[in-house]
Amino acid sequence: MIRHLALGLALALTTATQAFAQAPQPTRGGTLNFAVVSDPPNYDCHGHETYVVVQSVGPFYSTLLKFDMSRYPEVKGDLAKSWSVSADGLTYTFELNPGVTFHDGSPLTSADIKATYERLRAPPAGVVSLRQATFADIASIETPSPTQIVFKLSAANPAMLQNFASPYNCVYSAAKLAQDPRFPVQNILGSGAFRFVEHVRGSHLVGQRYDKYFVDGRPYLDGFRIAFIPQATAMLNAMQGGQIQAEFRTVGPADRARLEQALGNKIKFSEATWSTGLIVAFNTEKPPFNDVRVRRALSMAIDRNAGSVGLRRTSILRAVGGLVRPGAPFSASAEELASLPGFGRDIAASRAEARKLLAEAGVSNLTFALVNRAVPQPYTPAGIFLVDQWRQIGVTVEHRQLETSPYVQAVRAGNFDVALDFQNQVLEDPTYTLLRYISADKSPENPSKGIDRQLDQTFERITRETNVQARTQLIRAFEKRVMEQAYQVPFLWWNRLVAMDTRVMGWNMSPSHVHGQDLVDVWLAPATN
Amino acid sequence: MGAYLAKRILTMIPTLLGVAVLIFLMLRVVPGDIVELKMRGDGGAPTVEQVQAERVRLGLDKPLYQQFAGWMVGLVTLDLGKSMWTEQPVTQEIAGRLGLTLQVAIMATIIAILIALPLGTLSALYKDSWIDQAIRIVTIGGLAIPSFWLGMMIIVGLLFAFNWIPPMQYVPIWQDPLANLSQLIWPALAVGYRFSAVLARMVRSSIVEVMREDYIRTARAKGVYERLVVGRHALRNAMLPAVTVIGLEFAFLIGGLVVTEQVFNLNGLGRLFVQAVTRSDFTMVQGIVMVIAVVFIVTNLIVDLAYAWLDPRIRYGGK
Repeated sequence: MIRHLALGLALALTTATQAFAQAPQPTRGGTLNFAVVSDPPNYDCHGHETYVVVQSVGPFYSTLLKFDMSRYPEVKGDLAKSWSVSADGLTYTFELNPGVTFHDGSPLTSADIKATYERLRAPPAGVVSLRQATFADIASIETPSPTQIVFKLSAANPAMLQNFASPYNCVYSAAKLAQDPRFPVQNILGSGAFRFVEHVRGSHLVGQRYDKYFVDGRPYLDGFRIAFIPQATAMLNAMQGGQIQAEFRTVGPADRARLEQALGNKIKFSEATWSTGLIVAFNTEKPPFNDVRVRRALSMAIDRNAGSVGLRRTSILRAVGGLVRPGAPFSASAEELASLPGFGRDIAASRAEARKLLAEAGVSNLTFALVNRAVPQPYTPAGIFLVDQWRQIGVTVEHRQLETSPYVQAVRAGNFDVALDFQNQVLEDPTYTLLRYISADKSPENPSKGIDRQLDQTFERITRETNVQARTQLIRAFEKRVMEQAYQVPFLWWNRLVAMDTRVMGWNMSPSHVHGQDLVDVWLAPATN
Repeated sequence: MGAYLAKRILTMIPTLLGVAVLIFLMLRVVPGDIVELKMRGDGGAPTVEQVQAERVRLGLDKPLYQQFAGWMVGLVTLDLGKSMWTEQPVTQEIAGRLGLTLQVAIMATIIAILIALPLGTLSALYKDSWIDQAIRIVTIGGLAIPSFWLGMMIIVGLLFAFNWIPPMQYVPIWQDPLANLSQLIWPALAVGYRFSAVLARMVRSSIVEVMREDYIRTARAKGVYERLVVGRHALRNAMLPAVTVIGLEFAFLIGGLVVTEQVFNLNGLGRLFVQAVTRSDFTMVQGIVMVIAVVFIVTNLIVDLAYAWLDPRIRYGGK
């Protein structure tokens, strides 16, 4: 027995060693050229939710923690060398890496972390922090030493480590913030792997390796260059013409076919279910959408499974899922999902039930407008599909597509019957993913205007429950209630498909296009003819 | 001439004022809110208080007349304000793009003139011959094919033939002429072809008309060489309407290269304009519209002055 074990271990070790020996070794040098759809409006990570800020500005900055891209959604230290959480979950103590400097040579200490987080949780006048609510549980921040920082919470928060790992929590210089709290809006001074070189608005942004970066041997790249390319076709042309090596958001299925045909083995793809999905939101202040029967009927008429199969051919829509991204921690199993209204496998029965509900509500010949973004991917095909689904239960729908700015304004002002909205779950802890579904007076994300105190209470328990099993049960109950009341319901989750030159190495796929974009571990393999 | 110029420059003021008032009011009735878009457009969830605070900071909470007064004061002092999206000075944002757009417009105009003058002249001189018919096919094609589509075909052709596309980063011509021309010659060709079609048709019809004039018959009767009849007498007089077209088309190109800029990924004024409109960036849109208005007015003035040079009978400001 022992001999077998020893043999097995030796064999495993040999295989591992061989695999390691065969694994390509990172090489230093080269400039990564990649595309981003547009410039960041400004450079302040704290005030934005758009990915263009993270992909453009992120490589210049460090954060306290970051997501471990090889073991997502686990987190690992960035500026933090180690950390501990007290037994009651109220105290988080971080030990910082020594010798970290900003790109101007000034040392980065716990004072900079404190100043950054004070700005995040209580921004001064003129500063926008979209993470204010995220850090509302922080009661105080202490700096016992230049390399130690302590966060005291007012209540236990199981999502706190993920909060600290958000790529939007760029660490700024306390000295610069003291001079001008809005300094990061128009200036870049970070401690990340790359230092800022040049930004020509509308054209490009350039970063260069920071030689004093605190992680030995990193980054591998000499630098990076971002080309701002608003049009998808122009981006594909640039990739095919060899002017860019990657685009880290997504390409569509047709784009993949084109690039594969044109570039063959010079292009590679990574894909994952995206932590972004489409939501059908009903305006509960407008009759008949104040009637739960109408809302539920419209949700039940949607054949999500058929949509997933059909729409994946022409759009970036893919996975059928509940309130949590399919495959993510706390997501519903296929069986659990199938038991929810609107997710059953028998669409004929579901639609029969939907017609019955509409008849009971007295709106068998319902007519309304679906407000949608005038964005080709994936909004247009999704809207067309939904209009057809509702037509099959006798409902007439006008598909009204608006440019993004009027769309956002219409949805916020409640000028819609039904809207095709989207959710972008940068952080996947249920504290964030479920927030949009609670009452509109408690969640700025909720477009439906629905008020449901039962959901609010369950959500509050979810945000404080540290036992995984108990939390899972609460989430399932919350999800069931959401699907039954149908103030807003998930339609389909997006599929993230990243195209890159086969020379680009060390980049890991994740469900979100804002994680793993610091480029610290990315390297370029030598060109082969 | 000096008095005429001064008068023309003075008449620019009410014109620009009218444009300023119109664009200011039009933007305020178009749906959209830059603060909502900026904070919520990508899934952000700001509170009502945060949105309001940002509105106050950007001055969007002020009454319309106050916003308009601020805009007017800025115009008088040549300060177009700051972009509400980037918070960079509008003049700086425009200046960064104007060079590229101007160069494409100038190159397209040159290409158009080089194509249109010989084609239009030949077409007129050999009216209704096979030469005229062949040139008509070329010019009708230019009118029918949108510039952006031709641009797309050029890119597809370059990719297919050489697996190469023009560089995406603009370099001023005085820094690296080769890089600059290798980027901008293609959009200039795409735009210049359509422009040349319009111009060639105009040149043709003008020459056909001029060739019937008495002074042409007189020149021929005097035994003047046909080359001189066409070049010195007919072409110069036929250029008057052509110059008008050149001026109008050139001015249009300054703000009208929107789709072509997207196709070639050019960081020009048209793209900036579209982005500003879609973002409800009022100050930026106002600034760009004013710049384009100035370009139109100045171009018209240059066209009028060119008339006097081309036709000595035309005199401005004198008796």
